Parts: sequence; C-alpha cells; structure tokens
Amino acid sequence: MTPGALASQLLQVALALALAPLLIGWVNQCRAWLANRRAPSILLPYRTIRKLFVKDAVVAENASPLFRVTPYVVFGAMCCAAAIVPSLATALPFATAADAIALVGLFALARVFTALAAMDVGTAFGSLGARREMFVGFLAEPALLMVLFTASLISGSTSLPTIVDTLSRSALGIYPSLAFAGVAFTMISLAENARIPIDNPATHLELTMIHEAMLLEYSARHLAVLEWAAALRLFNYSCIGIALFVPFGIALGSDMPAIVAAAPILVAKLAVGGACLALIETLSAKLRIFRAPEFLGTAFLLAVLGMLVKLLLGS
Amino acid sequence: MAPLPALVIVIALWLAIGVACIARPRDLRIVRALFLAGAVAGVALAALAASALSNPPQSLVLPLGLPDLPFHVRLDSLSAFFLILLGAASACISLFSSGYFRSEEGAAPGLVGLQYHVFVAAMAVVLIADDAYLFMVAWETMALASFFLVTTDHRKAEIRRAGYLYLLIAHVGAIAILLCFGVLQGGRGDYTFDGMRNVLLGGVWPSIAFFLALAGFGAKAGLLPLHVWLPEAHPAAPSPVSAMMSGVMLKTAVYGLVRVTFDLLHIQAWWWGVAAIALGLLTALFGVIFAAVQTDMKRLLAYSSIENIGVIVAAIGLAILFEANGKPLLAAIALTAALYHALNHAFFKSLLFLATGSVLHATRERSLGKLGGLIHRMPWVAWLALVGTLAIAGLPPLNGFVSEWLLLQAFLFTPSLPQTFVNMLVPLASAALVLAVALAAYVMVKFYGVIFLGRPREPELSHAHDAGIRERIALALLAAGCVLLGIFPVNVIGALDHVNAMLLSTRVATAGESSWWLLAPVATGRSSYSPLVVLVVIVAVVLATLLVVHRVWHGRVRRAPAWDCGFPLQTARMQDTAEGFGQPIRQVFEPFFRIERHLPAPADPAPTYFMRASDRTWGWLYEPIARVVERLARVAGLLQQGRIGVYLLYSFATLIALLFFVR
Repeated sequence: MTPGALASQLLQVALALALAPLLIGWVNQCRAWLANRRAPSILLPYRTIRKLFVKDAVVAENASPLFRVTPYVVFGAMCCAAAIVPSLATALPFATAADAIALVGLFALARVFTALAAMDVGTAFGSLGARREMFVGFLAEPALLMVLFTASLISGSTSLPTIVDTLSRSALGIYPSLAFAGVAFTMISLAENARIPIDNPATHLELTMIHEAMLLEYSARHLAVLEWAAALRLFNYSCIGIALFVPFGIALGSDMPAIVAAAPILVAKLAVGGACLALIETLSAKLRIFRAPEFLGTAFLLAVLGMLVKLLLGS
Repeated sequence: MAPLPALVIVIALWLAIGVACIARPRDLRIVRALFLAGAVAGVALAALAASALSNPPQSLVLPLGLPDLPFHVRLDSLSAFFLILLGAASACISLFSSGYFRSEEGAAPGLVGLQYHVFVAAMAVVLIADDAYLFMVAWETMALASFFLVTTDHRKAEIRRAGYLYLLIAHVGAIAILLCFGVLQGGRGDYTFDGMRNVLLGGVWPSIAFFLALAGFGAKAGLLPLHVWLPEAHPAAPSPVSAMMSGVMLKTAVYGLVRVTFDLLHIQAWWWGVAAIALGLLTALFGVIFAAVQTDMKRLLAYSSIENIGVIVAAIGLAILFEANGKPLLAAIALTAALYHALNHAFFKSLLFLATGSVLHATRERSLGKLGGLIHRMPWVAWLALVGTLAIAGLPPLNGFVSEWLLLQAFLFTPSLPQTFVNMLVPLASAALVLAVALAAYVMVKFYGVIFLGRPREPELSHAHDAGIRERIALALLAAGCVLLGIFPVNVIGALDHVNAMLLSTRVATAGESSWWLLAPVATGRSSYSPLVVLVVIVAVVLATLLVVHRVWHGRVRRAPAWDCGFPLQTARMQDTAEGFGQPIRQVFEPFFRIERHLPAPADPAPTYFMRASDRTWGWLYEPIARVVERLARVAGLLQQGRIGVYLLYSFATLIALLFFVR
C-alpha cells in the first residue's frame, strides 16, 4: 500500500461523507423545480442533520440496545461501501478486502439491521416497514448481483477498481450487455434507495411508506446518523452507476493531480444523475407494493439478458 | 497412540456413556454428568481428527462383525474433516443437553441419553467405515437411533406420524444406497471401499451408481422430492436432537455423496453436475420459500435446512462439472464452498435450534404467533442467536457469507466451460442461488424479529427466564465458531485443502495469492475478500462515530412511550405476525404452494380466518404412491382368509409348484 493510494482512499471516503447530503439536497431542489415549487436550500440536509444532533434523543421505553446500536452499524456499513466504490480514483487499497459481492453483502447487512431495529419497538408500522423493506430487498439483491456479474464477466474480475479500470480503458464505446445492465441498475437503484416508484421519500402517509416507516421511532442523533447513512447509500449507488456505465474521467492510479482533476468531473456527473433521478421521480407514480415484483422482476430479467448477451455474443 | 485406534476408543466410549445413562435413567444429576462426559469425548474426537487431517489414509480391520466379514475402518482427510465437524458440533450440543433435559418431559432423560450417544457414535462410525457392510450397519443404527429420538414424546399422535414418515423415507434412501454399493462393487463381490476403488465401471453403470447415491443420500439430506420427512421430524424431536440431526446428521449424507462421487467412482460425467446443480438449486429455492411462510419456529428452521442442503448439493454439482471438464482448481473451489458451507451450517443451525430449545423451555411455546420481545427476558439467548441469524442470512463478515462468496466465485468461472448450453444456464443458476440467499435473509429477519424483538404477544411471556449457564456456554461456543469461521477463512480453507489434495490433487489456499488475512482463491486482481479488515473497519467506524457524536454534541437519552400515530389503543397483537411476514411470499410464489383458505363472510358474527399453505409434492407424488400401495395391499389382502385350511392349501400349492420346477 503506497501513501498515495492511502491518500486517495481516505480522500474518497471523506468526499463521499461530505457530498452525500449535498446530493440529497440537490435532488430535492430539482424535484421542487420540476414540480413548479420554490426549492429549499441545497444545504438543507446539512442543517437538518446538525439540528438532529443537537436535540435530545427520545427512545421508546421497550427499545433494546439493538435499536440504539443499529444507526451506527448501518452508518459503518455504508462508510465501508463508500471505501470500495471507485468514485474519484481506482487506487483503492481497501477494495482488495471487499469485492462487488461483498459490497452487495454490506448493503444487505445495513438492510437487515435496519429491519431488525424497526421490529424492535413492536409498533405496527415498524414491523410493516421491515417486512416491506426485506421484500423489496430480496427482489432487488439478485438483480443487483446480476448487473455486477455482467460487469465482472467483461473484466474477468469481481474487484470493483479492476472492473472500472477495464471499462474505462476499453475501445468499445459502450458494451451492449452493459446497456441492458444499465437500465436494470437504474431500476434497482430506485427501489433500493426508497425512491418513486417503489417508495416515496417525501411522504409520511402511513400505508404507502417503506423506508420511512422503519425510521419512525428514531429521533435526534440516531435519526441523524441514519439519514446520513441513507444519503451515503444514494451516493454509493450513484457512484456505482457512474463507475460502471460512464467511467470516463476517473483517475486511473493514485497520482494526486489526476484525482483532483477527477473531482469536478464526478460532481458534474452526480449533478446530472441527480437531476435525472428527480425527473424520473416527477414523471412516475408510486406503484402498489404488489406491483414491486413486476418492476424488479423486469429489472432482473434485463440484467440476466445483459449477462446472456455478454456470454453469447461476447460483448 | 495413532489417531485411528484412539478414534475407535472414543466411539466405544460414547457407547459406554450411552449404556451408563440407562443405569439410573431418572437420576437427572448422573445423566447430566454423563452428557458432559459425552461433550468431552466430542472434543477429543475433533482433536484426534484434526491431528489426522494432513496424514495419509490409515486403515484398520476390526475383529468385529460376521465371520469372514470383518469391519474395515479408515481415516483419511475427508473422514477427518467430517469428524471434526461432528466432534465440534456434538461437543457443544452435548454441553447444551447436559443443562437441557428435564425428567418431567417425555421419555426418561437416561433413555434419551442412551439413544443420543448411540446416535452420535453411529454417525462417527459412518464417517470412518471402509466397507459397505459396516457403512450400512452404522447408517441404519443412525437412522433407528434418531427415529427413537424423534419419537421421544411418543404419546402425541402427530409425533408418531412424523417418526413413521422419517423411518419410511430413511429406508427408501437406505435401499438406494445399498443398490449403489451393489453397482459399485462391479460383480466382484468385494464390498470393501478399497475393492470398489479398484473396479473400473463401464457404460451406463457409473451414472446409475451416481444417481442411486444422489437419491439415497438425498433422502437423508432432504433433497427434493424426498424432503417431506424433514419439516415433520425436526420439530418433533427435542431441540438438542433437532440441532444434532440438522447440524450433523444431514452432513453425513453430504459426506456419503462426496465419498461416492469423488472417491469411489473413477470418472464423472459433466451432466451429473448439471443435474445436481439443478436439483440443488430447486431444493434451495423450495426450502427457503416454504421457510418464509412457516409459523412454527422449528419448522421454519427445518425448511431452512433444506435450503442449505440444496446450496451444498449445488456446490457439489458444480465441482463435478468442473472436474469432468478437467479443471481441478475450479472444482476444488466449488468443493471447498460445499464443505465450508456444510461446516458453517453445522454451527449456525445448531446454534439456532438450541436457541429455540431455550425459548421453548422458557415459554413452552413453539408458535411464532405467541412469542415476541424475548430480547428483554432472555438477553443471552437473544444476542447469541443474533450472531447465528446474521450468519445464516449470509451477511459479511460472518461465516455464512464466506461459503456463499466462494460459491458465487465458482459460478462466475463457469463461462470457461466447453459446453455452450451449460454456459447459457449459468446466469439462471447463479440468479437462483442469489435469490435463495436473499430470501434466506428475509426468513431470518422474520425468525429473529418475531421471536426476540417487538413486544411480547402473550402475557405469559413476562415469566420467561434466560437459559442456564451450561446452555449459555454452549450457545456462546457455537456463536464464537460462527464468528471465527467467518473471520479466518484462509485458515479454514487451508485445513480443507487436505481434502482437496486427496480428492482432486490440487489446493486452493496456496493456488492464488491468499495470505493469512486475505482470501484470494485465484489472484488478487480476480477477486479477493478479507472479512477481518471489513470487521475491523466497521467496528472502527462505529466506535469513531459514537465517540465523535458524543464528544461534539452529547449522549443524552430520554425514554418515552413508542409513538402511537395518534391511536392510543394499540396492543401487542397489532404487531406484524409470522403469517403477515409470509403473506408477500405466498402471493409472489403462489404456484409453489397448495393453498387452502377460508375467509369469513362480511356479516359473519363470529369470523374465523383459516389459511394453510402446504407442499404440492404430497399431492403429485406421495398421495398417488400411497393410493397404489393401498390398492396393492387390498389385492394382497384377498389371500388372507383367516382360515387355517386355506393357508395349508397355499403351502401345499407352493410345494407342488416348487416340486414341478425343481424336478
């Protein structure tokens, strides 16, 4: 491990931590503009998190220690994930410790802990949310792995930096198999990040919410950490998408000037991605929960199709 | 002393402990001490086997058995690996049992002790048997001992029924295994395994032998469609016995399958592998989907065992596929995944079954609909069970994830095979595997959340008490096993490599770029995983976040009632139930189930809701067979007239017929 690689690793995690709430703020702003409303400040998520940290935590009387430790575990898993996903550079020493399959495992770890904590207090909404979250999770997880498998078949590696390295050096503009995978990945990201059409991050209408239902009992610093973790999750998914499908501009290696040059490109891509997300959310309506299998089943089939294209046509 | 004779002595010791148990069957103190002695014997067995893991095979002829047909035993790396599994798991289960059995429940503790120790000893003999004769004797002893253990509480009709079903399918399987050995000896009449290794079968015979083995061992392991005994027998047995059956006995079937396929048979055809993968994945999906709709905690775990066995068999199938195509390193990775998963399953499934035993003792309740909130009453059991839950859900950095990771890696190598048609099936196969694993997480959240989290669904649960000290130690040891197996995969694979070296003449741990902390089966550029680093980073981030949050801001906490959404009349019964958790699965996978549903009419004054989702295999396989058997029995019944004159006439006619033929 060279000092340069370590620096790029730390820089990348720090950037993810810092920019994640900004991405949420940007998406919310775009949503507001598209809905012809006046937008809140782009810095609002930071202010919310700070406000929540200052408040006294209110914990339900029958909550177990599991409930209190969960936010930190989820945050830890998301930080780990942020250290694996190449956003600025492909020189990531930590990525040898966890590859694409482990990345999916880390997301699952966060999901299982959130669901268990939601069931801990024993309110109807918490367990309902937990059930739905696991339901969406088991539909989305195979599809996500199929997408990652398609990419790893192209590069012959499951290590994310190697995949990105191969893809960004490839002569082919875009692989046909990855085109299928890209559509599938977009659909999965919407589901996994509790976005319309699977879930609605802005609602607290009890019967339709999934992710928010699980966080209903959380307050103050626990909620702040969870919100931050959710922002990190969106950031991670965006970076996976960018790294797999539009990797151009990422620093291949660990020399500082390239990494510094990669940062504005990343921010620009995230801005475009966030605007697209807001557009998708504005244009679609939320699905009933039992339409979710169809939606994610389509994503899954597209991902498998991408893999078949890769295997049969070799491209 | 050489390990093999010492092993035989340990096994004899188990039998002696068993016999000693019935000297004073109702004296709980003595029986408990004897169980403790059994645990020590288990540790000794595991230690002996571990010392022999890297040795060349050792054989011994025991002066027992029939005249001219002595018992052959042999200890090689494969046997040693499964003996370690048996010794370690049985030590923990025996320790748990020494604090578990009570005199007021079912059979006398001493009687259970006898059956239990005979069962363990028989499993150990299965693992070291080196001829078909001893193997079958031990196999049947194992089946019978476990049958008696299943029917411990034989006064209940449904338990007798479960036991009968178990015995029936165990014997169907045993017949297939017997026929398999018959094929393997190739007409020479030499039933030692050494003799079978030297036979070169030709034509269709190897395939017949393989599929007989798959059917025979599959019946014991719970492969589709011979799985029906498992969800009946496992819940019927006392919890330590369920743990033993699920954690260890199913692995003897895995052992048998590996032994026959990779050791006794010389060649493998690639399409056997495809068949095993298909059957294994189908079983895995079937098991996990049924686990999701169960409302009895032990049935849920039993179905989850079916899932895990399916995964193991799929991994074995993949190993066959690679080996038949001349890729021993990839075959070794797949076989390592299979054996690793077998070891993991022994740990986390024993842990969870034992935890249900503690819950059962504390609450006398097996139905998920009547449990809840036990993390407050039984913190030890709950926190230790959480480790098992996370491990079985396949989450990093615990052990379930490692075997899953290895298996997925092996699947990703399949496109290098020459069979185009197989290459096309890879995406489907790996997708089915991932779906099964993701569903397992769903099932385990349901299992853990409904039992241990939330609020107690019944007022009686407030009297629940935590497990005793021996039970706690046993659970803690198993949980520690789950963590260690998860964090140090390279060391475990290094030990497993002796098996690979013996069966496939290759090694995994030294092939790639693995070091003590990093698992890289082929090369770091290809794939690598280091659970230790992942764990350290997560723990470090958690601690750092806690510290920063508490230092920069504060750590104040106020307790208040849970938010009721403005509806103050909520009760504990309004929590999501086990049925509720099963509902989405029932809806999505409806074709898998045979569903009987009764919904009350809108104006029904006493509404009742009834729903049962049952297994379709009963309808299309077992019931027709049962009808045929019944019809045949009725035809045969015509012979039975009940009059002695008629029977004498039969004898007379037979005699005349025989004389006619022999003449």
